[in-house]
Amino acid sequence: MTAGMATPAAPVLSVRNLTTTFSTSAGRVAAVDDVSFDVMPGEVLGVVGESGSGKSVTLRSIMRLIHSPGQVTGSATWHGRDLLGLSERELRKVRGGEIAMIFQEPTTALNPVLPVGLQIEENLKAHTPLDRAGRRLRAIELMNLVGIPEPERRLRDYPHQFSGGMRQRAMIAISLASNPRLLLADEPTTALDVTIQDQILKLLLELKRELGMSVVFVTHDLGVVAATCDRLAVMYAGRIVESGPVRAVFEEPRHAYTRGLLGSVPRSGAERTMLLSIEGTPPSLAAIPTGCAFNPRCSFATDICRRDKPQLSPIDGGRLVACHHHDQVAAAGSPIA
Amino acid sequence: MSPLPQKVLISAQEVSKEFRLPQTLGRRLRGQPPLAVHALNGVTFTLHHGETLGIVGESGCGKSTLARCLVRLLDCDDGKVLFEGKDIAALAGPDLRAFNRRAQMIFQDPYSSLNPRMTVRQMLNEALSVHRMRPRAKIPARIDELLDLVRLPADAADRYPHEFSGGQRQRIGIARALAVEPEVLVADELVSALDVSVQAQVVNLLLQLQEQLNLTVVFVAHDLRLVRHISHRVAVMYLGRIVEIGPTEQLFSSPRHPYTRALLDAAPELDPGTRSTKVAARGELPSPINLPKGCAFHTRCPHAFERCAIERPILSPRGPAHEAACHLTAFGLPSAAPIAEDTVGS
Repeated sequence: MTAGMATPAAPVLSVRNLTTTFSTSAGRVAAVDDVSFDVMPGEVLGVVGESGSGKSVTLRSIMRLIHSPGQVTGSATWHGRDLLGLSERELRKVRGGEIAMIFQEPTTALNPVLPVGLQIEENLKAHTPLDRAGRRLRAIELMNLVGIPEPERRLRDYPHQFSGGMRQRAMIAISLASNPRLLLADEPTTALDVTIQDQILKLLLELKRELGMSVVFVTHDLGVVAATCDRLAVMYAGRIVESGPVRAVFEEPRHAYTRGLLGSVPRSGAERTMLLSIEGTPPSLAAIPTGCAFNPRCSFATDICRRDKPQLSPIDGGRLVACHHHDQVAAAGSPIA
Repeated sequence: MSPLPQKVLISAQEVSKEFRLPQTLGRRLRGQPPLAVHALNGVTFTLHHGETLGIVGESGCGKSTLARCLVRLLDCDDGKVLFEGKDIAALAGPDLRAFNRRAQMIFQDPYSSLNPRMTVRQMLNEALSVHRMRPRAKIPARIDELLDLVRLPADAADRYPHEFSGGQRQRIGIARALAVEPEVLVADELVSALDVSVQAQVVNLLLQLQEQLNLTVVFVAHDLRLVRHISHRVAVMYLGRIVEIGPTEQLFSSPRHPYTRALLDAAPELDPGTRSTKVAARGELPSPINLPKGCAFHTRCPHAFERCAIERPILSPRGPAHEAACHLTAFGLPSAAPIAEDTVGS
């Protein structure tokens, strides 16, 4: 991260002004609103937010998984090509090939009527020149890599014969089959128990190091971000409100929402005290407040927040923040320091 | 930390519960009994007046089944639950009604635990009139009071559950439970369906209400950070048994069972400075249909030795009010700490 200052590496994925809208009975609503970010080679970028903040839709928009009546505008540049403008045919090479995705619920993401081994081989067939025997060997190798015991036998098993953690491992094996350069992970451990989550997170980090991938990790758990990510972007009501290196943001949050999120997590040494909660609930996408979307829940809000939408602007240390009063928020201190 | 209150309110004695699976033809032909999920296998603990007991464990450890047994939503197969010294399974008539009023449960899923066709007023009205908490004329005033208690606007009374957010629905669930002025509140994964910022609001509310109303709380959850924050004492469950129980601070600062240690290591800390590359516990939860012999955790325990596979350890004292079920009685003592902390900076 610090070496990046001297020789700024080119980002592998560069998302600009991504906007995804859906038409509802209340008119068109923007689930993702003008989102821009970069993913650097070999880094883990965490995208954090609560339900409805647009974090999953962002990933799906990049992967072109949003279907009509959803509309995606903006650009997502991957090695010089705009993913949003690719033809279906070109897209198929990238999607599931150079860029892979894993989902929250492996039960629904895997095909229930095909053996797991066949599902891995399908991906190998689509994205590698291997022959039948080669694919089988590679499938066994991948199952070994993700820590599924007895791969020869388990290749023939169906998803329902796997436990939740093993299914998630199988899904990771499928996504790795094509040697992806970028892995998009949408809450991959949310449905798992804490000891299994720990195993999967460590597996992902190890694979990232071995294979030199970049990872975009969508989660709502700040603990997971602290344990896995290099940088994070915090989303609220479809927009990125703050981004930067994880340690710097945790030590000195500059957006009131980030600060509130950090304070909402119970920590040791302050048992049975009031948590620093955020009043109210996230806004409905059909009724986003004017000005800063967070202003009705913000204790730092003033008139300008109710009038002008703050832009995401750079501050020191490679950080970005969209808050009119980020100096006051920083001065209030981090709730976890 | 407040001193431990002494009066025992609920005590569970060797509570066991199994759920039979449908009999299969093959097993019937071989004359075997149907398979069963062994959800609880002899759980013993006491709950003191005014305290919060946290119950943690991973899915399938029996924590929700235990919660349901405590308020008699399920009858236990073996063992008993005593409420003020009386076996709740033997209660009938007015005694049972009184018990039902005094021990209330709040459920995990705020979307399925409220009747979608009843307004908040109807729900609260039902609770208040069934238990004759107030004369009819005073019920509307009491409903306003309850809504104020859980910080819902007064106009919430005439709305239906679908008009509320998840956090607000959980508040309705709390208001409904509190309507009958209970002494014990059993909260099963109260906030796990909620967003982080809303979780904090509900947790704050629960802490305030407990002080205000002098409630005894059983807080069942899988989130260790949350349980640590709320509880006076914590019980850690694994495959239907309590493996460790003790005062929160002690249990979290020096766990005496390898499973508690693994749970703590696996829970991601909010500090990006401490990252470990070591996996906290290998393997997965064994099936509750075929429980391992000996200590149930021995299949995943890094410290297991021969005796663990043969003989089941029982809960034995490790300090004041602190018990653990492990053959390694010195596990977790500072002098005998065999666990290398290999943490690396990010």
